[in-house]
Amino acid sequence: MTSGRFSLHRYANPAVFERLAARLIPWTAGAAVLLLGFGLYYGLFASPPDYQQGDTVRIMYVHVPAAILSELVYGMMAAAAAAGFIWKHALADVFIKAAAPLGAAFTLICLVAGSLWGRPMWGAWWVWDARLTSELILFFLYLGYIALVDAFDDPQRGLKAGAILVLVGVVDLPIIKFSVDWWNTLHQSSSLMSLSGPKIYGSMLLPLMLMIGGFMAFFATVVMLRVESELLARRIRAWKTSAGEDGAA
Amino acid sequence: MSIFAMGGYGFYVWPSYGLTALAFALMLGWTLVTLKARRREEQALAALGKTRRARGKEKQ
Repeated sequence: MTSGRFSLHRYANPAVFERLAARLIPWTAGAAVLLLGFGLYYGLFASPPDYQQGDTVRIMYVHVPAAILSELVYGMMAAAAAAGFIWKHALADVFIKAAAPLGAAFTLICLVAGSLWGRPMWGAWWVWDARLTSELILFFLYLGYIALVDAFDDPQRGLKAGAILVLVGVVDLPIIKFSVDWWNTLHQSSSLMSLSGPKIYGSMLLPLMLMIGGFMAFFATVVMLRVESELLARRIRAWKTSAGEDGAA
Repeated sequence: MSIFAMGGYGFYVWPSYGLTALAFALMLGWTLVTLKARRREEQALAALGKTRRARGKEKQ
């Protein structure tokens, strides 16, 4: 954790995090507004319809970023859970709790937008395809975590149980990623992240990349605000507990 | 009008963007409302703590 002058534990200090977040939030929020603004303009108005999919290709500009974020957020939660168990990182549980509802929302956007694309293109709202099913399982993992952390009287036990669930559920990420390669799926194979580079025409790649950047900047902004909010909730709980103990004494 | 029609696929394209906008508004709105409420509560508790400390000193 410590190499030379850099130490990850330095950023585990809530006070240091709050100072850093206060400096970063205006930048990430500004980036989100700009990237999403340009992404929407290019995605809805300035990019051409696909020669086969027609204008339904525009659904991809929200479906793909949501899919990437749904996996990325879960991966970050799993990394935080591991950091929490191995190094007792003070902000690990706070980050996981703050990120989970956002990850669930991105997964829901991905599933619904995908369904809205599937109806005109595949002729079905839903198919039990390996990619779709593993993404649905990811949505249930998010919901399971959210339900589990609040199911205990002792918040620390809830967070620990939730972190275990996150670590177990991480097995779903490679299944989502490689489902289109391992099985014969209706969902197309990866056209953005392939070894030979993106297989998307430049005029469609631009709005897609802008929207992916916008989704990431939006997530960074909101998750920092949510971590700050969770730290405040902890301080308030601690204050009330100590005030109660003082009163009892 | 063609932008609303989306080549005949408006029924599928616009709800995708509408749902995304709604989800983003809810994520941000819920976070900001909760954060604001907790900041107010923390300030109120800090003020209460100062009052209690002041009363404690007065009694001494």
